[in-house]
Formats: sequence, structure tokens, C-alpha cells
Amino acid sequence: MSAAPLIDIKDLRIRFHGDDGRVTHAVDSIDLSVAHGATLGLVGESGCGKSVTSLAIMGLLPKQSAEISGAIRFDGFDLLKTSDQTLRDLRGNRLAMIFQEPMTSLNPSLTIGEQIIETILRHRGGARRSARERAIELLRRVHIPSPERRIDEYPHKLSGGMRQRVMIAMALACDPRLLIADEPTTALDVTLQAQILELMRELKAASGAAIILITHDLGVVAEVCDEVAVMYAGEIVERAPVDELFSKPQHPYTVGLLGSIPRLDHRADQLATIEGMVPNMAQPPAGCRFAARCPFVRDVCTRAPPPLVEVSPGHLSRCIRAPLELLVS
Amino acid sequence: MALLEVEGLVKHFVAERSLFGRPLAHVKAVDGVSFALDAGKTLALVGESGCGKSTVSRLVLRLIEPDAGSVRFDGRDLLSLDAGALRAFRREAQIIFQDPYASLNPRMTVGQILTEPLALHDLVPPAQRRERVEELLRLVGLEPRLARRYPHEFSGGQRQRIAIARALAVEPKLIICDEPVSALDVSIRSQILNLLRELQDRLGLAYIFVSHDLAVVKHIADHVAVMNLGQIVETAEADALFAAPRHPYSRALLSAIPVPKPRAKSSRIVLQGEIPSALDPPPGCRFHTRCPYVVERCRSEMPMLLPDGIGHATACHRISELPSSEATVPADGGFSPVLEKLVAAFSGGTEAVRGGGVSSLGMDPA
Repeated sequence: MSAAPLIDIKDLRIRFHGDDGRVTHAVDSIDLSVAHGATLGLVGESGCGKSVTSLAIMGLLPKQSAEISGAIRFDGFDLLKTSDQTLRDLRGNRLAMIFQEPMTSLNPSLTIGEQIIETILRHRGGARRSARERAIELLRRVHIPSPERRIDEYPHKLSGGMRQRVMIAMALACDPRLLIADEPTTALDVTLQAQILELMRELKAASGAAIILITHDLGVVAEVCDEVAVMYAGEIVERAPVDELFSKPQHPYTVGLLGSIPRLDHRADQLATIEGMVPNMAQPPAGCRFAARCPFVRDVCTRAPPPLVEVSPGHLSRCIRAPLELLVS
Repeated sequence: MALLEVEGLVKHFVAERSLFGRPLAHVKAVDGVSFALDAGKTLALVGESGCGKSTVSRLVLRLIEPDAGSVRFDGRDLLSLDAGALRAFRREAQIIFQDPYASLNPRMTVGQILTEPLALHDLVPPAQRRERVEELLRLVGLEPRLARRYPHEFSGGQRQRIAIARALAVEPKLIICDEPVSALDVSIRSQILNLLRELQDRLGLAYIFVSHDLAVVKHIADHVAVMNLGQIVETAEADALFAAPRHPYSRALLSAIPVPKPRAKSSRIVLQGEIPSALDPPPGCRFHTRCPYVVERCRSEMPMLLPDGIGHATACHRISELPSSEATVPADGGFSPVLEKLVAAFSGGTEAVRGGGVSSLGMDPA
């Protein structure tokens, strides 16, 4: 990553202030960057802060309750300091996002064509007729059969896989530089998931857009990502090129995650499990946040929070016991 | 003798009625499904959304009435049971659902939820029910003191344990697991899968495991039936099916599994087109609209599910002409040696850390 990254997140912290005065530390001191055209996988379980991070990039967190600090540099802007007007110009244009639930992210009372055309007219202007042509072209690009007819249909007429294609077409409407995909295939059948993943790869190759893929599925990560960041309890605990992460993980949480996936070519009697529970983020533990569930825990782990250190070039881990291979050799 | 024998099961739902209530269109949800399941074994029903796998599981329990076919459980014909006998049958077969948030009554404590089946079937005298509830909680790896709490106080994985405990309360022989881990996080999923496996070994339970997650199915199932649009297209021992799937649909399904290994060797078959509607399934072979090997015969003549004599049955006209299915299932090639050791240490480590153990029954408290 010699050239300046497309997006550079520095020391991002997000806190939610609840009605009862409680403060939840959703995201703590996150540093992330994605190069032009690269795909970063953001992995972790429910509540680890991965979706909140992506909503912060898009400027979609509620201002009343979310306290955000740090910097998100994108394309010459600091997204945390830009005006709402500028953000609206960026969103759907150079920054686009697709969500897990294609059923709820489309407007049921507008045809899919109207929704795509609206995006194009908002950001590009021009005549309605040419916007419509572009919309048909986009639907064709995401392999929707007979797009000239489909464009006038309402979302309820389409299957789940088709709706997700429409969402992708809409996200691509203005050739975004960064596409954030939040669990884009989780609600889909495995055959449709394969189609959508292939489509994303194809579009990435064609458009050169960078992708942040948020998922809990390490299989999907292995297929499409160049780099992976693993999140746990609001922090990045490990970051590595995808090959490295799967062959030499450097954080015990990653090891536990990998061990808990049922494997196809090996029938284990027991899958690995991660004992215990995620810490209460209203009062994060003083030391390592994974310490209470970590089989490799030492006394020092619970005293001070471990820093994110580089274990090998490009491979960072927030574990004082890394490199982990020394534990088993 | 098999515990469960299902023969020619058919269920068509009315999708549209005329002004006078005459049915105009039917969804052919289940269309001639037959299988058998032995005691203590697991049969997985797999297929895409809308293939009829959940409908089959409800028909087997007679939660909905089939239009045709028979279900025999332990030698009894389920469809001829009267209300009283059907209630007695409910003791022997239970179901757990995908969404542990929706399947527990939010107004009842866990203790009340687990006491209800005991009282309903009068299994345990009132004085001993509390003790039995505590035993059930320990069996699924929860602490007995949690009986006083309400469902909303538990995480998703814990709620699924409560749902399992409720199913176990009546000491069933068969549990239908309808996508039991689909709503759970990866690490929680492995805990529930381990628990289901241990309970099966200990209690001799038979499972019908309905799932769209094929890696999970590979892990838990003895037998697999692959369904497409209301019909079984292939059924075999799990190992045989995953080693060499025969039906083009099974091949496509298995090849689509993403494996946690970058650059895994796979010859993925990406199906083109949409899943046809069960309202109007294609004539002939119901897979022919998406099948890469389709010939003229497939469009008109429905293939039969033909057994090969060694427990592997396939419904495909072209079965003898298809190319070898080698390398269809993506190989994750195993973990790297370092990772293999780390995972072992991770699991072994928890064993050591666990020490005291939460359960007196020697269950994994995970």
C-alpha cells in the first residue's frame, strides 16, 4: 500500500448514550484503510461493531445518541466533519452501500426502475429518458433477465436473489469508488449466494471499486477478500492478508472462530467452541477484552489492554502471546 | 424396523381461490416424498428456500394434514390416530425451530416453560417437577438457577438451549430440528451442534435436520435427502453424497458452498436463472430449467427416484451419462498444520480452563 489509500480510518470511536444514561462503547479506537480496488473483509459476531463501523462511514448513525470521534478520510474529505449536504452528495454516488435485507431496503410502493432512476437523476442529472436507459443497462449488468420489462415491476414481484441484484444495480448506478456490502448474501440460498459473489467479483474487476465486505461467514471471506480485519467487542483484534489469516492466525479469537466452522473434508466429532460470553460493553474489561474466554490467557492479559502490534509484515494482532505458533511448537 | 417411514407424502396448498371459494391455483409444496429413518440416526433434508423441506417436517408431525401418503412412526399409522392418540404421539416426537426468539412464550419463566410439557402429559408428579426442570437445564448446559428467569434475559444460543430442553422434557424418540442454528453466530452454532450430537449419543434420539447450510449438514447427518420443488431428487448416506453427488442439482448445491480456505480448489457450478415457482413447476424433471445437462426427454418425462441397490437413489434420466462428479465438493484441504495445532490447543485449553464444570451430568456446558 504505497499509494494513498482510498479510505483511511484513524482512531474511530463510537459511543452510544442510552436513555438511562448508560454509555455503550460500540467501537473503540479502530484504524483501517482500504486501497483502491481492494476488498477488505470485516469479520466478527453479532454486536462486535462491524455494522456500526460501516454506518459511521456512511454517516448514517443517529446524531442524538451516537458520539463519534476520530477521522474517516475518503477522497479528500473527512467524513466525520463534512456537512450533511456533502454527505448526501457522496452517498449513492462515490460511496454506496448494500444491506442484508433486500426486502426492507427497497421501497415497496415504487417500481425498481423509479428507484434506480431517482439515484441517477439526483447525482448525475440529465434527462429522464437517458436515466431510464442507464437503469436498464445496470439491470442487464447485474444479469436480470429481460430488464426492459423488469424495470417497471414492483419489488414484491421479485425473488430475494433478484432484489439483491436490484440493490447492487442501484449501488452501482453512479460508479462508486467504495462499495460497502453488509452481509449481502446472508439471507440468500447457497446457490444464489454463489451467483451474487460471482457478480460482485465480476463487477469489481470491471469497475475497480474498492469493497468493504461485512460478514460473519469466513467461507465468504476466503472467497472474495484480499485482506481481513477481525473484530471483537468493538476492537480490531487481528488484521492480515487473507492467506495469512487462514494459515497462521495470530489471535486466539480467530483460532476459535476457524475451529468452530464445520468442515467439508474432515468430520470432527467435536467442533471448537468459544466458552463464555461477550463482555458487557457498558463496562469493558480493563485488560484484553477476550481474556475471560481465552484458553491461552495469562495474568498480565487482564491487567492492561494489549496493543495491536505487527507480528509479521502486514499481519497485526492484539494479543501479547503472538506469534501463536510458538505456543504449539 | 425403521422408527419413521414416510411413503408418497403429498401436500398442495391452495394459493388462490375464486369468488366462490373454488381453488384456482395450488402450490405443490410436497409432491410424493418417501423416506425412512432409523432410531438414533439423523436424516438431513436439504434444498433451497421453498423446496418443501419445512413442510415435510410439519407433515411428519401431523402439524398439518397431508393430502395423500402415509407416515408410520414406530409401526403406527399416524394419519389414522384420533385426537387422544395424537396427543400421546406428541410425547414421542418434538420440534425445535429456527428462531429461538419467537418460539418461547415471553410471559413465562423458563421454569414454567419446561414444566408445561411435564404437566400436560402428566409425566412427573407435581412434587418432583422442579427437580426435573433443573435436571433438564443441566442436560442442555444451563445452570438450574436460571429457571426463574424470563426468555428475554437470555442470548440467542441460550434460548435455543431452552427450546431443546423443552423438546427433551417429554423424552421423545424423534426431534425435528428446523434450521436450529441458522440464526446463531458461528461460535454459538458450534456449541449447539455439539450439544445436539452429544444428546443423540446419550439419549438415542433420531433427528430430522432441516437446513440449507450444507457444511452443517455434513457435520451432523447420517443420511441426506436433497429436495427440489417438493420432490426428493437424491438420497444417500451423507459420506457418499458429499464424496460423489450424482444428481446435477445436488452437484450444483454442494459446489456452491464457500469454504474457509482462500483459493480452494473447486469447480463451481453456478446455476443460471431463478428457482421456478412451486405454483407452476416445470413439466418433466423439475430441475430441467436450470440443469446444465438437460436433454429433450427431461422436458417432458418426470424421472423416478431410482435406488442403486447400495442405498443411493437418484432421480435423473441422464445419471449414467453424466461426467464424473469428482472435485464437485470444494475441498478445504484441511487446516494448515499450525492452525490444526492451534485449534487443538484452543479446545484442549478450554477443557482445562473449564475445570469445575457446570454440569453434574458430565455434559459440555458450552
